[in-house]
Amino acid sequence: MSAWIDNNFPLVFLALLDGSVTAFVLALIALGLSLVFGVMRVVNVAHGEFFMLGAVLAWACFHFTGNMPLLGFLLALIVAPVFVGGLAMLSDRLILHRIQYNPESTIVATIGLLYIIQQLVLTFFGPEARPVEAPIYFRVQFPWFGYSGYKLIVAGLSGVLLLGTWFLMVRSKLGLYMRATQQDAETARTFGVPTKSVYSKVFAIGAGLAALAGVLVVPIRQADYLMGLEPLLLSFIVVIIGGLGSLRGTLVAAFIVGISDGFISVFYEPTLAKMLATVLVAAVLVLKPTGLFGEEIR
Amino acid sequence: MNRRAPRKTAMLMAGVLVFLFLLQFILPAYHHSTFSKIMVLASYAVGFNILLGYTGLMSLGHAMFFSTGMYVTGICVYHFGLTGIPALGIGLIITVFVSMLIGAVALRTSGVSFLIVTLMFGQTAFLSVLYFDQFTLGQDGFTLTKELQPLVLGSTSFSYTDPNFKYNAAWLLFAVCLILSNLLILSPIGRVLIAIRENEERTQMLGYNTYLYKLFALTLSGTLSGLAGSVHALLFSYVGATFAEIHHSIAPLLWTLLGGVGTTLGPLVGTGIMHYLIDFTSGWTSAYLLIVGAILVLLVIGAPQGLMGMIRQKWMQWLP
Repeated sequence: MSAWIDNNFPLVFLALLDGSVTAFVLALIALGLSLVFGVMRVVNVAHGEFFMLGAVLAWACFHFTGNMPLLGFLLALIVAPVFVGGLAMLSDRLILHRIQYNPESTIVATIGLLYIIQQLVLTFFGPEARPVEAPIYFRVQFPWFGYSGYKLIVAGLSGVLLLGTWFLMVRSKLGLYMRATQQDAETARTFGVPTKSVYSKVFAIGAGLAALAGVLVVPIRQADYLMGLEPLLLSFIVVIIGGLGSLRGTLVAAFIVGISDGFISVFYEPTLAKMLATVLVAAVLVLKPTGLFGEEIR
Repeated sequence: MNRRAPRKTAMLMAGVLVFLFLLQFILPAYHHSTFSKIMVLASYAVGFNILLGYTGLMSLGHAMFFSTGMYVTGICVYHFGLTGIPALGIGLIITVFVSMLIGAVALRTSGVSFLIVTLMFGQTAFLSVLYFDQFTLGQDGFTLTKELQPLVLGSTSFSYTDPNFKYNAAWLLFAVCLILSNLLILSPIGRVLIAIRENEERTQMLGYNTYLYKLFALTLSGTLSGLAGSVHALLFSYVGATFAEIHHSIAPLLWTLLGGVGTTLGPLVGTGIMHYLIDFTSGWTSAYLLIVGAILVLLVIGAPQGLMGMIRQKWMQWLP
């Protein structure tokens, strides 16, 4: 075993590096999903489309600012979460609120939303994948290979955003409201927590996080209207393994899935990685149906 | 439920089936073939509805059962040169097995976890289709037009490409699915399934092993879906990865919701309407996803019981 690691060290290192970058981005996307589920008890199937919208908006900002990738990137970091968050808030008010957050109806409604967003992007953005230039370009030279510096920045920024969300949850008034609503919405309401607006805001924050992840990822992997499905499924895997509604579980699971994805992608094939991730889910479910950190849910 | 309901049900179902059978003599060629397609896809939706409508379990991965049937049958014909009926039989056996296996794992979860887990298994099935491309020929799939031998019954032989044979085979499939689902709903097992839909804990309290009942419902549902897939492969001579995609899992959900969840005729009504709606609108817009999305959203907000559900509510309380 150790001899194998010595022989393959560059590859192992690359897998770890790639896996960590994937894990950070995945954690960001899955955190949005997990937050929405935790507080609202809603599974948002359109979550991946919010990610895709973030990427598409990043492309739009990049073009709007002419040939200045850094300016476009910074603009996108503001525009994408605001626009996508607003869209999410609107769909919460117009759709989810009306069906009283009934679990199955919301899933159907968000599937509907997924199709609507996909079609609109297809109509106005087109079916082709469009590249976006990275805001900063440099290579980090390791003894065995050079690695894209931007990827490391993506991981770093994702980490900052994760910390920011955690800070929001534990230090702000909104965070307090969110945790109160998560524990017991009815009791929270009697104590004067405006749960209706908390729901809208949580839905907007979840969508905003996905959009930000989209902005960060787009220089690595182009923008196209179908890109939302894969991160959605991966986030589902993460959220199931970590336990629905548990933010800690989401983070731990994102790293398990991200790094194993990195390893299998480097040593075998990406398709196989996705298939094995599902087998991992099946194994977790057989051993512990509520996931690693999940509590019993009604 | 009054005592004469089963008889009324039997007459209504017989009426629908006779009507569909007679329809083939008056339909123009285009609609003739459209109806063959609708009946096969409606059988898929009937299978889906057993799980969603009568057991209360929403699956987002049913395309894996449909495509299991489709691919197993297709591969048996394409690679191993079997004729239609043995290929169909092997497809059926394997789908039963796959449904039970998937059910045994997925049913360990409940509520929204079940949805997510079925969605992921469905996606894995799709990825498997792409991964094992030496058998499945990847995304493009394969056609069976050359390999498929005509069906020989006694001294007559039927070509799978003959429109009349297609229509009657599709009708037979739909009839089997419709009759089975009605028998199930009226049977004691069906009553327990409905009890699980209404309140699983209470059903458990009454001493029923709800896990086994749900497993039975999922297996039957998956098997009917797979059967529809097998028949689809034989009648329309094409096996491709689009039938394993997530959209194909959501399609029966849409058809069932539109026609009426938990009504045995709902899947047929929903499938028919959606088929013609997309057909009709494709004349002036290619944005059919928008229509699908809007219908889904409007249905959950305005009419969660669907068309047949509304009819049941207003006029025919006995409708199964």
